[in-house]
Amino acid sequence: MTTPTIIHVEDVSKRFVMHKDKSIKERILNFSRARKHQDDFWALKDISLDITMGTTVGLVGHNGSGKSTLLKVVGGIIQPTTGNVSRRGRMAALLELGAGFHPDLTGRENVYLNSAILGLSRSETDRYFDEIVDFSGIEDFIDTQVKFYSSGMYVRLAFAVAVHVDPDLLLVDEVLAVGDEPFQRKCMAKIAQFQAEGRTIVLVSHSAEQVGALCDRVVVLEHGEMLHDGDPAQALRVLRGSFSDEAVRHEEKLEAEGRPEHHVVEVPQVTVTASDQDTDGIIAPRADIHVSVQYEVLETIEPWLIGVALETAVGNVVYRMTTRELGETLPLQPGTYELNVTFKNHNLGGGSYSVSVGLAYESGATILVVNPAATFEVADYGIGRGAIRLDVESSVKRIAAARAAGIS
Amino acid sequence: MSLAQARDREQRVARENLKPVGQSTHFVTGTWASLKDVWGSRELTSLLVRRELKARYKDSSLGIVWSLVRPLAQLLIYYFAIGQILGVARSIPSFAIFVFVGLTTWGLFVEIVQGGTTSITNNSGLIKKIYLPREIFPLASVGGALFNFGVQLIILVLATIVAGQIPLDLNLLYAPLSLTVLIFFATGFGILLAGLNVYLRDIQHLVEVAIMVLFWASPIVYSFSFVHDKLQGNWLEQLYLANPITLAVLGMQRAFWVAGTTESTSQNWPDDLAIRLWIALGISIVILWIGQRIFSRIQGNFAQEL
Repeated sequence: MTTPTIIHVEDVSKRFVMHKDKSIKERILNFSRARKHQDDFWALKDISLDITMGTTVGLVGHNGSGKSTLLKVVGGIIQPTTGNVSRRGRMAALLELGAGFHPDLTGRENVYLNSAILGLSRSETDRYFDEIVDFSGIEDFIDTQVKFYSSGMYVRLAFAVAVHVDPDLLLVDEVLAVGDEPFQRKCMAKIAQFQAEGRTIVLVSHSAEQVGALCDRVVVLEHGEMLHDGDPAQALRVLRGSFSDEAVRHEEKLEAEGRPEHHVVEVPQVTVTASDQDTDGIIAPRADIHVSVQYEVLETIEPWLIGVALETAVGNVVYRMTTRELGETLPLQPGTYELNVTFKNHNLGGGSYSVSVGLAYESGATILVVNPAATFEVADYGIGRGAIRLDVESSVKRIAAARAAGIS
Repeated sequence: MSLAQARDREQRVARENLKPVGQSTHFVTGTWASLKDVWGSRELTSLLVRRELKARYKDSSLGIVWSLVRPLAQLLIYYFAIGQILGVARSIPSFAIFVFVGLTTWGLFVEIVQGGTTSITNNSGLIKKIYLPREIFPLASVGGALFNFGVQLIILVLATIVAGQIPLDLNLLYAPLSLTVLIFFATGFGILLAGLNVYLRDIQHLVEVAIMVLFWASPIVYSFSFVHDKLQGNWLEQLYLANPITLAVLGMQRAFWVAGTTESTSQNWPDDLAIRLWIALGISIVILWIGQRIFSRIQGNFAQEL
C-alpha cells in the first residue's frame, strides 16, 4: 500500500496588503492616494507540496521567508490568496504555547480549556489529565491561577497539554526550545515517540541542528519561494548558501549605494587538500587534511587572529581552533599571505563537512566570517556512523546463566 | 507495537478524504458546512462561556451578584426618575415589574450585540494562532449573555410571586417566542458586527451609540399605549412595530407583566402581536443567515488583520 498523502498544497500564493491607515477619517482624507498607501507583498509564491503520512518535514528560511505563513496556511489560520490546500486526519497546531490560557483560571481549568481548543473532547481530557499533569511536573500548582505561574511552569503545562492531544498531524512553530534541559529532553523524546507512532510533523525552526536531527525532509523557503525540497543535509547547505547570498546581496546593495563594505582583510580563497584522496576528491580515512587560507591584508591593522572550524553538514561544529592557540603571530602589514593548517591522521567519520573561517581582532571584534569557506567529503569507514571515528573492537562473553526458563 | 499503531493510523487516515482547508465561502452550500463546524465545537463553546463567566467574577467577593446590581440600579433609577417624578407610573400598573421585564429583555439584546462585536478582537491571541470555527466566539458571548439573563429572569419570577402577580396563563407562551426572535436577531447582528469590527474598529463605538438611541425606540420605560395614543396606528406606528426588539419586549411584557392584562384598560399591545412575532422570527433567521455568510466570507483574513 502506498503511503497516503496527508497534506496537499497546490499553487498556493499569499499576498499581504498592508494598510497604513485604519480610521475612517484617514481613509477619507487619503482616498485618492489610497492606492499609494497600500503596500502589498507576496509572502508565498506558487508553493506546491505533498506531504505523505509519517514524515517529519522541516520548514526553514530566514526571517520573513514565508515559512510561518506556509504553516498557518496549512493550519487553516490564514486563507491563501490563490491556490488551495487540502488535508485529512486530525490536526493539532502548536503555533504558540498556551494560546488560550486565561490568566485568571487555574491550571486545571486551563488544561480543560486548552485541550478543548486543541480538539480533545471532555472525556478524552479526563482520561489524559493525570498524564498531562505528570508530564508537566507541576502537580503542586495545578489548582493555582496560572497568572501566578513562572514563565517556565506556564510553558511546561502548555506543552504537556499539546503533546497529549492525539493528532495525526502536528504543526509546530518554534516552540520546542522551552523549559530547562531535562524538560527539553522529555520533549524531544515525545517527538521521537510521535514519529515512531507514524504521526506526521511539520515544524518551523531556526535551529539547523534541530531540523537536521528530527526531519527526514526539509523545505527551504526564501522570499516566499521554495528553494529546496528534500534531503535535510542538502537543504541546510542550500539554506546556508542563501544566507551567504544574502550577505553578497547586502554587500552589492551597499556598493550600489556608493559605500562598499570596508574590510581590512579579504579572504579570497580557502582550499582543502589531503594526502590521500580519490579522483572525486573524497578523502580517505586517516589521511592528513590540509586547509590553506589565502588572505590579503589591505592596510596595517591591530593584532588579530584567524579561527578555523570544521562543521558537519547540519552545522554542528566538530572542531575549531584559532591561530592564537597555535601560537602563530599573523602579519600586520599589507600583503597577501597564506595560512596552512594540517590535521594529521584525521579521525573524522564518513560524510560531508564544511570549513568555516573567521577573522577577528585580538580584542574580540569580528572582522569577517566566511561560512562555508570550503567543503570536503570523507569516505565511509565501514563500521559505525558519526562525526568522529573511533577504533572499535568487540567481544561477547557469558556472565551468568539465565535466571529462569521462559524469560527471554 | 508502535509499528502496528502506525499502520492503523495510516489506514484510518487513508480512508478519510482530503478535505479543503478553511471555510467554504459559497453562499448556500457553505451554510451547511458552517453549521456542522459550529455544532462540532459546541463543547468548546460551552467551555469558553464558562471561562468568560468564571474569569469575570474571579477574585471578587460578591461574584455573580454583580450581574444583578446593574439592572437593579437601572430599575431604581427609572422607577423613581421616570415612574414617580415624571409620573409615568400613574398610568402603568405594577410599574416596577413592567420596567424590569423591559430592562432584562433589553439587557439581553445589548449584551449579545456588544459582547459579540468585540468577541473576535478580544480573542485575537487565539484566532491568530489556532484555527477554530470563528463563529464560536460571538456564540460564546451569546451564551454568557443568556446566563446573565437567566439569573435576572429568576429574580423577575420571584418578584412576580412576591407581588402576587404570578404569570401562569397562556400569555406565558409569548415568552419563548419573543426570546427566540430576540436571540436570533441579536446573534445575527453580533456575528456580523464581530467580523466587521476586525476591519474597522469604529464599529464598536458606533454600536455603543446606536444602542443608546435604540433604547428609547422600544417600550421599556414607557408603555406601548403612549405610542398608540399618539400615533393611532398610522405608518409611523407600523415602522415602530417593525423593530424586532420592540416586538420581543412587547411579547415579554405580555408574558410576565400580568397587571398589563388584568388591571390596565389602555391598549398595551398591538392586536396581532403573535403574527408580528412570527414574521419577525422569519426575518431574524434570514438576518442571522446573511450575517453568518458575510462573516464566513471575511473571516479568512482575520488572522492577518488582527
